Amino acid sequence: MSVGASVADLGLPGGEPSAPADRRPERSLWRRLPPSVPPAPLAAAGRVARSAAGPTLAVTYLSLLVLLPLAALLTNAFSSGWSAFWAAITQPEAVAALELTLAASAIVAVVNSVAGVAIAFVLVRDDFRGKSLLSAVIDLPFALPTIVAGLTLLALYGADSPFHVNLAGTRLGVGAALLFVTLPFCVRSVQPVLAELDAEIEEAAASLGATPRQVLRRIILPSILPAMLAGTGLAFARAVGEFGSVVLISGNIPFKTEVASSWIFSLSQSGDLPAASAVSVLLVAISLLVLLSIGWMRRRFDVPDTI
Amino acid sequence: MSRARTTRPRWRLPLRFAVLGYLTILILLPVGTVFYRAFQHGLGVAWDSFTAPDALHALWLTLLVAAIAVPLNTAFGVGVSLILARHRFPGAWLLDAFVDIPLAISPVVIGLGLILVYGKTGWFGNWLAARGITVIFSLPGIIMASAAVSLPYVVREVLPVLQEIGTEQEQAARTLGARPLSVFWRITLPNIRRGLAYGVTLTTARVLGEFGAVAIVSGNIVNKTQTLTLFISTSIDNLDPNSAYVGAVALCVAALLVLTLLTVTDRRRSEWHTKATL
Repeated sequence: MSVGASVADLGLPGGEPSAPADRRPERSLWRRLPPSVPPAPLAAAGRVARSAAGPTLAVTYLSLLVLLPLAALLTNAFSSGWSAFWAAITQPEAVAALELTLAASAIVAVVNSVAGVAIAFVLVRDDFRGKSLLSAVIDLPFALPTIVAGLTLLALYGADSPFHVNLAGTRLGVGAALLFVTLPFCVRSVQPVLAELDAEIEEAAASLGATPRQVLRRIILPSILPAMLAGTGLAFARAVGEFGSVVLISGNIPFKTEVASSWIFSLSQSGDLPAASAVSVLLVAISLLVLLSIGWMRRRFDVPDTI
Repeated sequence: MSRARTTRPRWRLPLRFAVLGYLTILILLPVGTVFYRAFQHGLGVAWDSFTAPDALHALWLTLLVAAIAVPLNTAFGVGVSLILARHRFPGAWLLDAFVDIPLAISPVVIGLGLILVYGKTGWFGNWLAARGITVIFSLPGIIMASAAVSLPYVVREVLPVLQEIGTEQEQAARTLGARPLSVFWRITLPNIRRGLAYGVTLTTARVLGEFGAVAIVSGNIVNKTQTLTLFISTSIDNLDPNSAYVGAVALCVAALLVLTLLTVTDRRRSEWHTKATL
């Protein structure tokens, strides 16, 4: 089940860019054999040809779509030197947008990591009719396009809300959108670890007189903490760059509900590409930092890469 | 294993209802409301909004972009996975790491990067203009943005499978005289087909639903460069929520289809794919 995991929106489940050693259990046999062993000459010829053309083609495609744009971003951000870069990211509207983005992302990541543990608990330990449906609902934010996610929230919590809860143009609205899109990260990172947890240890603790609260605090929480942190980090990194789900409900009010991506968007619309690049570089640096820390933590505490 | 017991019954019901309540407020009710809003004035009105020329054009453009970007990314994904799994070359780890980059970056930033390279004032701007090619604010830019954000999915699904199955079968086929191409079609492809199906589904979902990257490069010109997601946001800006809801329902249905496909593929996949992944 857990369908979505890598799923769709997929926002950045990356986390761990370089494939860890354990992902390649079976090394290619050829590598262990002397090069002359693959017998058919045709096959050998094919390999040689491909080993040059294949990587070249792949790297070209990757460069055209990702690497060159990233390089252009860096050079544009610093095209007029450090002072211009500094001016772009310390401009009042940029500061307001960045502050809101980082604060909202942090709060949302923490709230959802708590909710994620609760949901994972229900998925792993509880049993009732329709539980598999619950699991599918959790992946829905992964599969829904971000703008649709934003529209769904606007429909329910916007100006013509059937419940008269109007979050349009408020920071709470921004938070709601971020909660929506980051929920799967928090659930799916904890769920497999919780499922692997040995129930016997908890039973042993309980039989030795530990209260449920003590079992939770001293046995369950310590075991799932690294996974929980990984989920929190993924959610944070995703929220920092979020755009589609936020724009509709936030209304992009400068100094109030404008997030960093919206600010980059409006800078680029008004043609100030160096400033847009500067803020982008900062945003990318923050995300990469968080994701690299998660990668380190995963290796250090052996947290499965489940998203 | 029996783990059902460990939650004390005393906690179980309150926790269950708290979780269900949270999911209802955050996900189920909002999605349900979109469906309700789309059809609240009757099927006829919804159908009229759906078949309005600009809506149909947006739908057509979205499908066209997917029809080009998804095969490109599929070919790239399978190729890169084969290269990374079967060959050793300097810088392989770097290629592996770079493939994941789009997952770590805001789509708006990816779109901005494309403008900086292919836009009028971009690196290749003069070169492209001299040849009469417009990338930004036209179809090629939309395709490139969609392809860039959905680049990693096929690799991430296919690469682990290739590494898991090893090369014994391929090697056996080659010893028996099969050409590389026929080894690929007859051995490698059947082995990776479920992972590939999963990856292609994810790619398609992302391409159909991409907003941020496309919004920044497309220029959002009605009946020209407006995809379905842009149509939704523009309709809201134009105070025409009906069209937006109907467009959203179309994408919701696509997303539900994707979820179903993934669940089905995944269930079969789990028979052999033991990694406790999603």
